[in-house]
Amino acid sequence: MDDIDRALINTLHGGFPLVAEPYRAVGQQLGIGEADVLVRLRRLLDDRVLTRFGPLFQVERMGGAFVLAALAVPEERFDEVARQVNALPEVAHNYRREHALNMWFVLGTETPDGIAAAVARIERETGLAVQCFPKEREYFVELRLPA
Amino acid sequence: MKAPQPAPSDAPVELDDLDRRLVLATQGGLPLLPRPYAALAHELGCNADEVMARLARMLETGIIRRIGAVPNHYALGYTANGMSVWDVADELVDRLGADVGGLPFVSHCYRRPRRLPVWPYNLFAMVHGRSREQVYSQVDEIARLLGDACRGHDVLFSTRILKKTGLRIGG
Repeated sequence: MDDIDRALINTLHGGFPLVAEPYRAVGQQLGIGEADVLVRLRRLLDDRVLTRFGPLFQVERMGGAFVLAALAVPEERFDEVARQVNALPEVAHNYRREHALNMWFVLGTETPDGIAAAVARIERETGLAVQCFPKEREYFVELRLPA
Repeated sequence: MKAPQPAPSDAPVELDDLDRRLVLATQGGLPLLPRPYAALAHELGCNADEVMARLARMLETGIIRRIGAVPNHYALGYTANGMSVWDVADELVDRLGADVGGLPFVSHCYRRPRRLPVWPYNLFAMVHGRSREQVYSQVDEIARLLGDACRGHDVLFSTRILKKTGLRIGG
């Protein structure tokens, strides 16, 4: 990753232009060509420096639900349970964390009922109790880490 | 100082069929082609102006939070990612939560329910640093801000990304 990659990541944080040739517009801001923008972006995604590029949707605004949930997974079953949980398309992210509740994941579904169904399925398949932490209030959301 | 969150509106926004197909077509990412909106329009059977207008409207209504890149924290050198969690007096949590959310190193800040007896914490603030020491000093800053209103806290570091695909809705 070079300085241009870093500048590209910072520029692409948000506000991607809604114009016919947006990659050309981004390239002009950075002083590089459109083809260079596309090649770099492809590489950053392939190398998993970026996990995705595009619109980030707020499922709640579409009538859906997003819930943070956690499991206390016995160490010897951790990988197996991670596979079971990750297999659900409703699981948007999943992190291992250092705590008795050692697996933390986010469920996103198109309807609030979908959350209960996903939780029930995880409990049935893993035999573990899911702790749900639905958002009651949002004070701030803006992940912007300078590259 | 960070800008405050826009006032939340609870009413969900209705999506028509084309909006919905646009969500499905872009939730995996935008096409990496010189004319990405024209490519989407071709797929959806409309024109590029219509795609751009609908994306602009979804940004306005909050259906889309932003159009951009999602970095892998680890790959950018932010190897210490802590979920700091706080047991804050109920009558003070909304005021203090807004203050914590205003700290420059806090990326997400929410109030969530306690799950007693296993989980006494009602305020969640994500902090990111290039080392655990940096995260701990950020956590100390939050502790100072909360003062006596906080009865206890913990920091849960993430040690592995098990999945990070973002939300996918069905077809």
